[in-house]
Amino acid sequence: MNNKTSSQINWETVIGLEIHTQLKTKSKLFAATNTAYGASPNTQVSFLEAAIPGTLPVFNEKVLRYAIRFGLAVGAKVIAKESTFDRKNYFYPDSPKGYQITQLNQPIVEHGTLTIQDKNGNDKIIRINRAHIEEDAGKSVHENYANYSGIDLNRCGTPLIEIVSEPDLSSAKEAVAYMKEIHTIVTHLGICDGNLQEGSFRCDANVSVRPKGQKELGTRTELKNINSFRFVEKAINIEIKRQIKLLESGGKITQETRLYDADKNETRPMRSKEEANDYRYFPDPDLLPVVIDQAYIDAQKQYIPEFPAAKINRYTQELKLKVDDAKIIAYDKPLSAFFDATVKQLVKAEPKTAANMLLGEYSALLNSKDALIQDQNITDIQFTGLIEALAEGKISHKIAKIILEKMWASGSSADDIIKQEGLAQVSDSGELESIISEIINNNQSQFIAYKEGDMKMFNFFVGQVMKQTKGRANPAQVKSILEKS
Amino acid sequence: MEFNGIREIASALHTKEISVQELHDIYHQRQYSKADELNCLINITPELAKQQIQSSQALIDSNQANILTGIPIVHKDLFCTKDHHTTCGSRMLENFVSPYDATIVDNLNKAGMVTMAKANMDEFAMGSSNENSYFGAVKNPWDVTRVPGGSSGGSAVVVASGLSPIATGSDTGGSIRQPAALCGVTGIKPSYGRASRYGMVAFASSLDQAGVFARSAEDCSIVLSKMCSYDAKDSTSAQVKQEDFSKNLNQSIKGLKVGIVSEWMDSLPEDIRNTTTQAIQKLQDLGAELIEVELPTAHLAVSAYYVIAPAECSSNLSRFDGVRYGYQCENPVDLNDLYVRSRTEGFGDEVKRRIMVGTWALSAGFYDAYYLKAQKIRRLIAQDFSKAFENVDVIAAPVSPETAFEFNAKKDPVSMYQEDIYTIPSSLAGLPCMSIPIGLVNELPVGLQLIGHNLQESIILNVAHQFQQITDFHKQVAEGYYE
Amino acid sequence: MLINRKEVEQIAVLAKLRVSESKIDAITSSLDSVVDMINHINEIETDNVKPMANPMDAVQRLRADEVNEISHKEQLLAMASHADDDYFLVPTVVE
Repeated sequence: MNNKTSSQINWETVIGLEIHTQLKTKSKLFAATNTAYGASPNTQVSFLEAAIPGTLPVFNEKVLRYAIRFGLAVGAKVIAKESTFDRKNYFYPDSPKGYQITQLNQPIVEHGTLTIQDKNGNDKIIRINRAHIEEDAGKSVHENYANYSGIDLNRCGTPLIEIVSEPDLSSAKEAVAYMKEIHTIVTHLGICDGNLQEGSFRCDANVSVRPKGQKELGTRTELKNINSFRFVEKAINIEIKRQIKLLESGGKITQETRLYDADKNETRPMRSKEEANDYRYFPDPDLLPVVIDQAYIDAQKQYIPEFPAAKINRYTQELKLKVDDAKIIAYDKPLSAFFDATVKQLVKAEPKTAANMLLGEYSALLNSKDALIQDQNITDIQFTGLIEALAEGKISHKIAKIILEKMWASGSSADDIIKQEGLAQVSDSGELESIISEIINNNQSQFIAYKEGDMKMFNFFVGQVMKQTKGRANPAQVKSILEKS
Repeated sequence: MEFNGIREIASALHTKEISVQELHDIYHQRQYSKADELNCLINITPELAKQQIQSSQALIDSNQANILTGIPIVHKDLFCTKDHHTTCGSRMLENFVSPYDATIVDNLNKAGMVTMAKANMDEFAMGSSNENSYFGAVKNPWDVTRVPGGSSGGSAVVVASGLSPIATGSDTGGSIRQPAALCGVTGIKPSYGRASRYGMVAFASSLDQAGVFARSAEDCSIVLSKMCSYDAKDSTSAQVKQEDFSKNLNQSIKGLKVGIVSEWMDSLPEDIRNTTTQAIQKLQDLGAELIEVELPTAHLAVSAYYVIAPAECSSNLSRFDGVRYGYQCENPVDLNDLYVRSRTEGFGDEVKRRIMVGTWALSAGFYDAYYLKAQKIRRLIAQDFSKAFENVDVIAAPVSPETAFEFNAKKDPVSMYQEDIYTIPSSLAGLPCMSIPIGLVNELPVGLQLIGHNLQESIILNVAHQFQQITDFHKQVAEGYYE
Repeated sequence: MLINRKEVEQIAVLAKLRVSESKIDAITSSLDSVVDMINHINEIETDNVKPMANPMDAVQRLRADEVNEISHKEQLLAMASHADDDYFLVPTVVE
């Protein structure tokens, strides 16, 4: 029945993403209501959000600034000097006014771009059609009730920026890469906390397929509200499979909204929110055009940070870090802040050394203490001191690790600890030679074995020297003296 | 005890000739005896009045009172009054108790006014006859078989029958001016944005304005001054300083240029035209110069308005869905049933008709042809007025094409919509305008409309006051009622 | 006929209103006369005219990002026909 031979058609995928980012403002988009996540139901709802008659919206300026920053970060060709709000009319319990305030005709940001890597590792530019401001809806809960749904309006009216890409993405992997890049941008800008589980970063994907070479787009479906990067990839892939299978068996794609079921790894049609999708958009008459000048836009430029891509470039080109290390640091905002602060203070030491210690011993220490680097249990100044001591040969690497832990415990500087505990490296060859001679004398048989080629004995002697010197012996010196013996 | 306006009442209060309580009781008694037969009130607010009587008396006793302290007022039931019913004349909000005060109510409360009741109105401010209230039609005291006009019919009647010296109203397409004309009282709608819309239940957001009914232009000016203020809670509130609109009342209008729209005058029935002409003649007697003005696009105003207003209202009224407040149908079987039945049962026919018109006008493919087009015509009409005001200071015009008509006379909605043919153009342009009584035709009141340029309330009030200094029409009272 | 019965039914669905079988023809007819009146707006050409959304042609005021609101939970839930201690209740919404 369905034993078709594999198709001769080469299919290509066309994906566009609509990403909703919740902005990290204190108050809501149109009222001075708290936006904090996790409040108990309906405690963060003003008369406006409840759509009490006679209430009116007043626009939160922070939202405007954040939207402009996003536009600047993606090199938007248009940051609108005049943008307007429109009403999107539909009935749903999570939208009490019976309309959502959004921006259709004159959005704040248009025509930006960002770069991802395609499957061959080459740069691919993805165009961002628009980013506009709109309000979030409330939530409904079903668990507690048999025949009812409970409506919680806390989230209603929270400001969002909806970011709409052109259908430039050609695979699920590219879609995820794009989504991650947007995530990086908004979190590094500090305009969104990017918490997918909490719903402050949500993604809808428009997916269609067409035979390679065909100009027209195939019918698309919309996959809604997928709340993890992993699920985005799986959902898109399973949807692509479904569409191809359907088309190859002679079927047609229905334009519809589908939900991803993670347990079954399949998509299924969503019960339509509105039977007739006529939103009857028109400009909101309670709000006036938002008019700004170039100076206002320029004033936001100072808030655009160095993004990871630029950081990676700087770390690899100027600071000579390995690409992989550069990536890890660049994508971790607090880590890169710490690293950059350290690098600024280094005199003798190489940034590489700092990076290695950060990514190695210090990260492990932080993990073990369940702490965050920005808590500054060890300050960047102290950390710098440690790296410098290492570079100056004051201590060995092994000792540096010990000192790190002691710094955490005591809050003292590296130099103080080295002095107090006599941890300075022993590099004096005379001293080392006499220690080594003594050990050799006390371990004649091992020495003979070593001389006869047993390399395990070499390590034995190194170990003994270390033991004797409490780890302070300069390992390189020890090795060279032993080799000469 | 009869008073000749706010100044006289205030004087009596301040000289202790009468206490606030006694004053209140006079109006309360009048309401008690006449409100039901005219059906002009929906709810009375005795507890609120009691508090306000006490506090205003205290202010008078300690010489801290202003001219409005202790003066009674009735608010159109479109304005939210905290902890009191605000029904908008609708079953949908029959039991709705507002959790906050509208800004204009708050302003007048702070000025010391005493809220006695909420006035009946056409449901959700949609109508020109006050026949569309869930709580029954309001009757015109001049002839109880006739309509008072709408949508602020209740408020106009309250003042016309002497049940309160002051009432608030709202005007979107003529809802203050037309009932003022039909009931023989003075009514003013300020420039769009002058009075805050916060707490005024929205009908058509870009047109709605709060205003005042009183027995004289002077009284209107005193109340309007306190009512209007810039309000940060209303994004459409005009960022202008609060003004004393009574400051120029006594200025002579000699040399003032008054525009006449011949097209409008010519379209009036003869008797109303004569009365209107005579009134305008009086302005000339006061020294005003009459100048012809043209409003070439005004004939399309009603058509444009009936796209814009229903479109905005269809969206503004979507919040009335039975879920969070207001009327909910019995035993809804599912969500859609809850919405549909609550709305179908909760709204009256005219409201539903306008929601349908608005929904249609905004529906897919129609936006450019209707809403956008109507807004362009609006721009042209506003430009017509601006051009006219280059040559004149004020425009004198008719208010209504007829005097108060009988109940059920206008079954066809379009014929009802045409009642606002002279009032809608200045609404679309957002201009300040008012109606003053200019006499009777067949024993029914007729009004004269005065339209000013943007923010020129004090000019039209000046003209009105000067007219009222040499005439008595504004003092005429229907037989059996109070001044 | 500028607006027909089917269109009226569709509009009613969008507006969440029910028009009863006995009334639909009358309503269609009255809406038709309203549309007829409205259509006069097509009498003049307006290609180069900027639409007037707001009579003041003013611009939007901006509000500082501050929290001034308190919880109104009890008050709001008390206004609803169906609510419990925490939520507004509606017949189940299935997605």
